[in-house]
Amino acid sequence: MSPVTTTLIAIATVLNILACGWLIWVTARRKPGEVAEGAVKDHVWDGDLRERNNPLPRWWLILFFLTMLFGLGYLLLYPGVGRGALGWTEDRQYREELARADREYAPVYATFAGRSVLELSRDPKALALGRSLFATNCINCHGSDARGGPGFPDLTDNDWLYGGTPEDIVKSITFGREGTMPPLGTVLGAEGVDEVVAYVRSLSGHAAPPDKVAAGKARFALCAACHGVDAKGNPAIGSKNLTDDIWLYGGSEATLRKTISEGRHGKMPAHAWLGDDKIRLLAAYVYSLSHPQ
Amino acid sequence: MNHDLIERKLGLLIVLIILVISVGGFVEVIPLVTTAAAKQGAVHVTPRTPLEQAGFDVYEREGCYLCHSQMIRPFRSETERYGPYSVAAESQYDHPFQWGSKRTGPDLARVGGRYSDDWHRMHLRNPRDVVPESNMPGFPWLASASIDGELLQKKLRVLRMLGTPYTDADIAAAPAAVKDKTEMDALIAYLQALGLARPRGSGEK
Repeated sequence: MSPVTTTLIAIATVLNILACGWLIWVTARRKPGEVAEGAVKDHVWDGDLRERNNPLPRWWLILFFLTMLFGLGYLLLYPGVGRGALGWTEDRQYREELARADREYAPVYATFAGRSVLELSRDPKALALGRSLFATNCINCHGSDARGGPGFPDLTDNDWLYGGTPEDIVKSITFGREGTMPPLGTVLGAEGVDEVVAYVRSLSGHAAPPDKVAAGKARFALCAACHGVDAKGNPAIGSKNLTDDIWLYGGSEATLRKTISEGRHGKMPAHAWLGDDKIRLLAAYVYSLSHPQ
Repeated sequence: MNHDLIERKLGLLIVLIILVISVGGFVEVIPLVTTAAAKQGAVHVTPRTPLEQAGFDVYEREGCYLCHSQMIRPFRSETERYGPYSVAAESQYDHPFQWGSKRTGPDLARVGGRYSDDWHRMHLRNPRDVVPESNMPGFPWLASASIDGELLQKKLRVLRMLGTPYTDADIAAAPAAVKDKTEMDALIAYLQALGLARPRGSGEK
């Protein structure tokens, strides 16, 4: 705000307070020629309404002036008239709150510093903090039970798209992950998709028509580029292991058909802004989910 | 001053009441009118793309602001969860602003980039599919509602009148930008761009 506007506002506010004081002072004052307290005044409203002379109670007047004093004091201490004697700003109050929290939490985080994520995953205190961080940052996609949902990995089953070592988990949280399954509907054609679906389902032990499985196996070369000839996936690019009957989007025929023909695009956002301390605690908690004590 | 004078002359009473009330108006309103929002907080905010603006209109029409605020207050409890606190400049192109005053759902001021597009798509269709505890209603019809490019052009012209620096080229290109897009696409584009002026981890607190 420009200094001119600020000054004008300050003047208007102070004048307003003083004017209120003056108004109450003038109206509360005994005037010459006034009738005695409690007596009926000579003014008549609407032909027959009259009132007695009831002055404002003294305690009320005192409260009123105290309120004005409070207002003036507030204007002087906090940004009102000028910048305020206390030097208060919203941002400064916020930074003080941050500094206080840092002082409070520094010893807590210090106890975890220099310890491996694996070690932290066996420390109940670290896990308690990790659980809170998980609840704040992760449950909207992975679920409050960490079991995920269609398109969002289950973190409790020890089946990993990008590797499940503590280091891998730290990397996934810090930098995020982005997995793309290209749409193959036009390349394969409707029949081709059906055949590949049959073959992929057979890989995890589901019943499928043998002729389609055989045809699908022939077409699988296209898929092997990412999923590997053995269909066991590749954690370096996040391609799924297709033989374990654990599915990210679902393993039904209809879902597989959609996945293969339309492709999938999974994205885990990067969380580097959490900072190293919190990421390690989170990774420890996530690791502990599939490695219970 | 004599009471009788004020009480018997209605016109004078009205004038005096207006004078008294306008002191409050002067103190509270004038500074906000005369100070450009752009100066309140040193951040660089670019106008929304036409698709994002279409999403903004969906957000407003569906009343998202009734349950979601877009105002991160300068308290640690908020900035830890949502990111750096909001500054006035960030909503300079919001007509009307979407600060909200109720948080049945979380604050959305910095939801941009927080979830994937796919997550938003599933979540908007039926929030329970991704967040079982959610009590947010689903908005499945957005996925099949198209966007009127010509109407959007009119809106962009009005926004330009209100101070958003859209160029003629921007407005001319708007229908093409929203062609074949659904309201769901627009809303997600809008949400994904929210709060990027002061992103997490930018050193801002």
